[in-house]
Amino acid sequence: MIMSTLKEYLEGYAGGIKSLLVGMRTSMKVFCQKKVTEQYPENRHTTLHIAERHRAMLVMPHDEENHHHCIACGLCQMNCPNGTIRLTTEMQEDGEGKKKKVLVKYEYNLGSCMFCEVCVNVCPQHAIRFSNEFENAVFEKEKLLLTLNHEGSSLAK
Amino acid sequence: MEQYYDLTPLLNLIHTWLCGWMPEWLALTLEGIVVGVFILIMYAVLAIILIYMERKVCAAFQCRIGPNRVGGKGGLLQVPADVIKILTKEIITLKNADRFLYNLAPFLVILASILTFSCLPWNKGGEILHMNIGIFFVLAASSIGVLGILLAGWSSNSKYTLIGAVRSGAMIISYELSIGICVLTMVVLSGTMDIQAIVANQADGWNLFKGHIIAIAAFIIYLIAGNAEANRGPFDLAEAEQELTAGYHTEYSGMHFGFFYLAEYLNLFITAGIATTLFLGGWMPLHISGLDGFNQVMDFIPGVVWFVGKTFAVVFLLMWIRWTFPRLRIDQVLTLEWKYLMPVSLVVLLLMTVCKVFGLVF
Repeated sequence: MIMSTLKEYLEGYAGGIKSLLVGMRTSMKVFCQKKVTEQYPENRHTTLHIAERHRAMLVMPHDEENHHHCIACGLCQMNCPNGTIRLTTEMQEDGEGKKKKVLVKYEYNLGSCMFCEVCVNVCPQHAIRFSNEFENAVFEKEKLLLTLNHEGSSLAK
Repeated sequence: MEQYYDLTPLLNLIHTWLCGWMPEWLALTLEGIVVGVFILIMYAVLAIILIYMERKVCAAFQCRIGPNRVGGKGGLLQVPADVIKILTKEIITLKNADRFLYNLAPFLVILASILTFSCLPWNKGGEILHMNIGIFFVLAASSIGVLGILLAGWSSNSKYTLIGAVRSGAMIISYELSIGICVLTMVVLSGTMDIQAIVANQADGWNLFKGHIIAIAAFIIYLIAGNAEANRGPFDLAEAEQELTAGYHTEYSGMHFGFFYLAEYLNLFITAGIATTLFLGGWMPLHISGLDGFNQVMDFIPGVVWFVGKTFAVVFLLMWIRWTFPRLRIDQVLTLEWKYLMPVSLVVLLLMTVCKVFGLVF
């Protein structure tokens, strides 16, 4: 009886010391590791890494000839839960007398966007996407009201 | 072994020079004031260094960088800035506190810490408080601190502080036993209680090597108990933030809080310093028998560099322990002491005595 108790005591002792040493080895490994801290303003142009899928701001890509892919269907506007997107469209006649809805102005309010990405997912033409430009702080609310289509842009053929 | 950096002749020279043109009592008073100011300055400077080191080491153990903005790239001015901030803070007096004890407690804590601090052997001839029972005095003086902690907890008239103080009291009084027995082990090995003599005895080999396995066991027990004595993790249950806000110093503000904070860090340094003195040869340089050239080079490094270097190495070890292990519960803390550390330290003391008697130490 007394022997088994003593054995238990000594085994507990050894086990405890071993687990403490394992803990110390683990923390020393972390000590020697490369640190994960991002030194943000300094590393903006060097080591800053933003994940590709990060949603920072809605943009509408334009090609070199100032063409976008928005067909002004209005699905993004309808699906936006916050009413962040507002499209202004007009009916235009092309050369053959066919009437067509054309985008005039694509307004996007960064201030009320909750970055759910529903607009991007619903777009049939992949005309809009989220970019990584996350430094969006401004001093006035009005500056958050963005127009996504460029001046004089038109639908890509 | 040659001594290049013995301070005794220089200090004697200053004393005779002062006595040459003023009465001896005045010279002694002046010297006392200068040494006192020196201790306080060292105390503050070391605290700043230690806090900075703690923040950096803690950060590294958590895969962070730590302070890195104030004062250039390394954040060197972060702690001085914090010190200046705390100096400008108001010291709040509590309505229902025991005013006298409340104000007395931080001074008791810092007094105990400074008294022990003055006993450290910085260099040959560089000791400040020197007496033939030095290590005994260290043990005695360091236990004044627990009185300050208990008073702080009691007089603040708050549940958090009282629980923190009682935990701290129970813990420190228990671990004082292990520390005492470990110190006794090394006293048995050295055959003296005089701190300078203990260090001088280690000229031909540090106690850690002289006492081989037994001394290493005593060293480890000392480090564990010393960590508890300094109220540091994993034994920081006296100020367990998650449960007790800040434990016994919850109600303190401004520089009164600063005193507790200073004392905590300096107690860490003192624990490490006493460990260095007892086990790692104090200011003695590292000598490897047979390598005379190497030994001579080591002799050229001043004793104070050796002492501070070794102490900071032990401080790093203690920080490593602190930032690795989670906090113990009060019953676990007491179990560890009474069921594991105390029996082992008694065995170590017994073995050391036997070894010493039969000449089994180097």
